[in-house]
Amino acid sequence: MTLSAHVVVDRGTFTLDASLRAESGDTVAVIGPNGAGKTTLLRALAGLLPLTGGHLVLGGHTLDRPGTGEFVRPEERPVGVVFQDLRLFPHLTALDNVAFALRCRGRKRKDARAAATAWLARLGLADKARSRPRHLSGGQAQRVALARALAPSPRLLLLDEPLSALDTSLRADVRHDLAGALAAFDGVRLIITHDPTEALTLADHLVILENGRVIQTGTPMEITARPRSEYVARFVGANLLRGHADGDHITLTGGLRLATAHPTSGDAYALIRPQAVSLHLDPPHGSPRNVWQGRIRDLSLTGHTARVTVEAKPSIVAEITPAAIGELGLSPGTPVWMSVKATDITTYPA
Amino acid sequence: MTADGPDVLDVPPPAAAPRRRTARGERGRERYPAVLMTLAALGVLVIVAPLAGLVARAPWGSLVELLSAPGNRQALWLSVFCSVTTAVVCVLLGVPLAWVVQRTRLPGRRVLHALTTLPVVLPPIVGGVALLLAFGREGLLGGFLEDTFGIRLAFTTPGVILAQTFVSLPFLVLAISGALQSRDRHLEEAARTMGAGPWRVFWRVTLPLIRPSLIAGAVLAWARALGEFGATITFAGNFPGRTQTMPLAVYMALETDPDAAVALSLVLVAVSLAVLIGMRRRWTGAL
Repeated sequence: MTLSAHVVVDRGTFTLDASLRAESGDTVAVIGPNGAGKTTLLRALAGLLPLTGGHLVLGGHTLDRPGTGEFVRPEERPVGVVFQDLRLFPHLTALDNVAFALRCRGRKRKDARAAATAWLARLGLADKARSRPRHLSGGQAQRVALARALAPSPRLLLLDEPLSALDTSLRADVRHDLAGALAAFDGVRLIITHDPTEALTLADHLVILENGRVIQTGTPMEITARPRSEYVARFVGANLLRGHADGDHITLTGGLRLATAHPTSGDAYALIRPQAVSLHLDPPHGSPRNVWQGRIRDLSLTGHTARVTVEAKPSIVAEITPAAIGELGLSPGTPVWMSVKATDITTYPA
Repeated sequence: MTADGPDVLDVPPPAAAPRRRTARGERGRERYPAVLMTLAALGVLVIVAPLAGLVARAPWGSLVELLSAPGNRQALWLSVFCSVTTAVVCVLLGVPLAWVVQRTRLPGRRVLHALTTLPVVLPPIVGGVALLLAFGREGLLGGFLEDTFGIRLAFTTPGVILAQTFVSLPFLVLAISGALQSRDRHLEEAARTMGAGPWRVFWRVTLPLIRPSLIAGAVLAWARALGEFGATITFAGNFPGRTQTMPLAVYMALETDPDAAVALSLVLVAVSLAVLIGMRRRWTGAL
């Protein structure tokens, strides 16, 4: 079972043109900023939006190909969708929501209800079968939506921001459940997300979409190691600088010259992990050769670390311990020196 | 926010306390603009005075006797039968009409919408004349219907229902149309991705979701049909037992038997009031 898609949707002011390929058992995460075309892509795959060009083939069956006029209506596609806003039917119980999907695929009433009961039990919702969606918690509703999408055994499962409707405190739990449910599903899984944790933990393949185009694809490891746009860099939490490399030095667009232990040449990216950036109140002496000056713009605490945004040429995010903030007396506006070791600057061709 | 114990703790006290004071203690000191109060009182008078008149002049002693007189009983029965049938016909025709306007991309559906709501502003008498020109014996379709199927509409009971449907249908179409418009298509789309074809989507998703509006629209259409006078008398005439509904009977009785007119009017008022109150309950208890 292979998903082969070249999705072209021309909506006048916006054009989506993205190619995708995935096999059964793959989990693909589509990542991109708002307005990148993620939802358009999902709607096109589900059949809610016809392609204006390209093709969509799933398991050898053409679902959409404007060139030949082939189009399979959404209700006839072996595709399950979990929408961002879940879209459970408010007038049906959890059980009937799941049974609805089975009845649509031709199962008899009794049979459908039995299968739906089994699905709810499998997701730990046996006691909520008779509840209406408004009486379910966010996590429970999310699992009903998942059961509803999975019950008819689709070949392609589409999840639109599956955890975004949940409280942050619930996400870790539901993400765990979701990973379990996804593992048992043997079709192609496609997750749309802008949550790095979701993408990096659930997916084995990432597709980065910006302005309607795929700008980078790869495994989470590849993407984290070599992001190729500012959005991706921010997504994986790293500083990405652009410049011109000549051997073991790179001259950044802003003029700063940095030494690197990864020689390359020509137009290149320099990747700096926030943890590799040291902050000092006075010009540092000693081994680091890459030193520049700036002012603190913003401080934020995330878990056990503090992220400090420094306005400089180039601006950079540094990750330090919360204790260091106090010791150095950092606050917005404080002038600081930054230093990065040459071994902590990864460069690769742009 | 509910008012039970634990939840009250969530409310910041400074915000909760003053609100309570305005709701209770300070009410006496609040001033209302005299102009608004006077005009509102006049408005109430316009509606209540006629009703009070009806109640005051009602022949309470002979009410049962008057209403059970054969002619009046016939009018009552005919009104109930025709208005309920009209409401059903309106649902059967109006829901699909509103659906076509709101859920399809057929060309001209906006014009269609405007056309279906026209009878709201049209004088019912004009509607009656128009119906005659279409379904009368000499009308556009009337001759054809009578010659081919032997169906006569003008001056018959089905004609009453047709006239009432003509004036009542827009109320239902407007109610359903509004409900369909305000409900986004997200749930219908979700149903399609689950394999529901267009009919199943309509029957299992769209229709249950607009049920409150459907009930409200049907009641409005029914009430409009119950009170229908102009189009009915023009198109269907005033034949006791066949086309003489309550409003027509009231109008006739005013000349001959004013007490019966008042009695029949009282029944219409009582029924309308009961339905309005019932509907309010329905709405407050709705989804």
